[in-house]
Amino acid sequence: MTEGATLRAGDWRGTIMLVVGVVAVWQVLYAVVGDVALRSPLETVEYTASLLGRDSFWPHLAETAEAFAVALVIATALGLALGFALGFHRLAGDVLEPVLVAIYSVPKLTLYPIVLLAFGLGMPAKIAFGVIHGFVPIALFTIGAVQNVKPVLIKTGRVLGFGWRDMVVHVLFPAALPEIFTGLRIGFALTLIGTLLGEMFASQRGLGYMLMNAIGLHNVDVIMAVTFLITVFAAVVSSILIVVDRRLHRG
Amino acid sequence: MSRALFLRCLLILAAVAVLEALCRAGVIDRFTMPPPSRIFADLVRLLIAGQLYGAIAKTMANSLIAFALSVVAGLAAGVLIHKFRLLREALDPLFATYYAIPVFAFYPLLIILFGLGDIPQIAIAFMLAVIAMIVNTLNGIDRVPAVLIKTARMARMSPVETALTMTLPYAAPHLLTGMKLALAYALIGIIGSEFIMSRGGMGFEIAFAYTNFDNAVMYPLIVLILVISIAINACIGVWEKRILARRGLR
Repeated sequence: MTEGATLRAGDWRGTIMLVVGVVAVWQVLYAVVGDVALRSPLETVEYTASLLGRDSFWPHLAETAEAFAVALVIATALGLALGFALGFHRLAGDVLEPVLVAIYSVPKLTLYPIVLLAFGLGMPAKIAFGVIHGFVPIALFTIGAVQNVKPVLIKTGRVLGFGWRDMVVHVLFPAALPEIFTGLRIGFALTLIGTLLGEMFASQRGLGYMLMNAIGLHNVDVIMAVTFLITVFAAVVSSILIVVDRRLHRG
Repeated sequence: MSRALFLRCLLILAAVAVLEALCRAGVIDRFTMPPPSRIFADLVRLLIAGQLYGAIAKTMANSLIAFALSVVAGLAAGVLIHKFRLLREALDPLFATYYAIPVFAFYPLLIILFGLGDIPQIAIAFMLAVIAMIVNTLNGIDRVPAVLIKTARMARMSPVETALTMTLPYAAPHLLTGMKLALAYALIGIIGSEFIMSRGGMGFEIAFAYTNFDNAVMYPLIVLILVISIAINACIGVWEKRILARRGLR
């Protein structure tokens, strides 16, 4: 436990050093490159604040948030369902796990035209794109987690006459939770990336659209501010998830 | 395991057959997606005509450059970061959250900085790939038993000798995992950024065909990219398994 405690104190120190380091590198880069392509950290924060104060900005944020939330729910449900089914049935897992690994390693951005042709322009396509990115790691980690559950626990469940639902709720899920959570953490990140990429191409609203539009207009202020917002959001949420993740693995 | 492989092939064939039937029956109209047999025929036709070799060569060359850069830089950085405890403490939170950050969001900045050439694409691919290599290098070095290092010290080996005969061979499986991920990420980075904005390459050709409703080019290209990346991953996977099997780890 003492090791864990020092690890946590060290985490904070590491994070602070990292933030200071990133800001320093950013400032130096700005000094080298200049106003054509970059804004300084201070200018970016100021512009982001002014962006957040504008009424025209919030619908974009709401659109992205909605698409991301729906995609995350679907990716999680699909990933968990697939993961439990394939983790529990050895043969089905052996057959389909490599297929999931293959999907995981493929540049999914190229599938975008197909998604668009199938779902049309707008919300459903964004959600579908987020789901495609997010469900695979959740499923893969869940398969691994379920397969690694100690056989004695499953046998105990069998002896108690558990059906598959009781087995999942009372045995598999609690035992596999730490691993599954790691999958959810990675699934969260990839769903966010997928949703944003989706917005960059076929959308008239959302942060991804703002980014793409700003590239076309060469509006460095907006590019920096939106990139900054997305990065901070992703980094903060994922740091929180990592802390939870470590607690679960330790417990 | 061979039974699983057989079933897997059967399943994939069945899925393709169902898709073929749906396309032929008109459930999926041909403007959305041509039947798989047609896609395959188009792919063969495109490969024979050779009009896309330039794009394929460009994508592959850039991916390889990004891959090579990230493996060399990742390995060097991994060894260095392992040496300096403070550096590692500062960078660990970055590694942990890195893949949650949409790296493609930085592509516009890179285009403004370097222009619309190959450099921004290689930079994105490198940014995606190098962290996987660093993390796995660190993982590998971490797992080297202290006794090996002590043995090396007792044999009065130089640091380079220690690295070549002890550390690197022992860490090899992890380094290989890092390389596998780095290659996948390099491809994703190159093709993704080509697709977003570029002047050439397979990703560009897909985006171009898409905006022109040219399904006869778009679908074969998508299939080609999927086949290439799956094949590369399968090859490294086999190699990885062999190394692990030789050590009785699997």
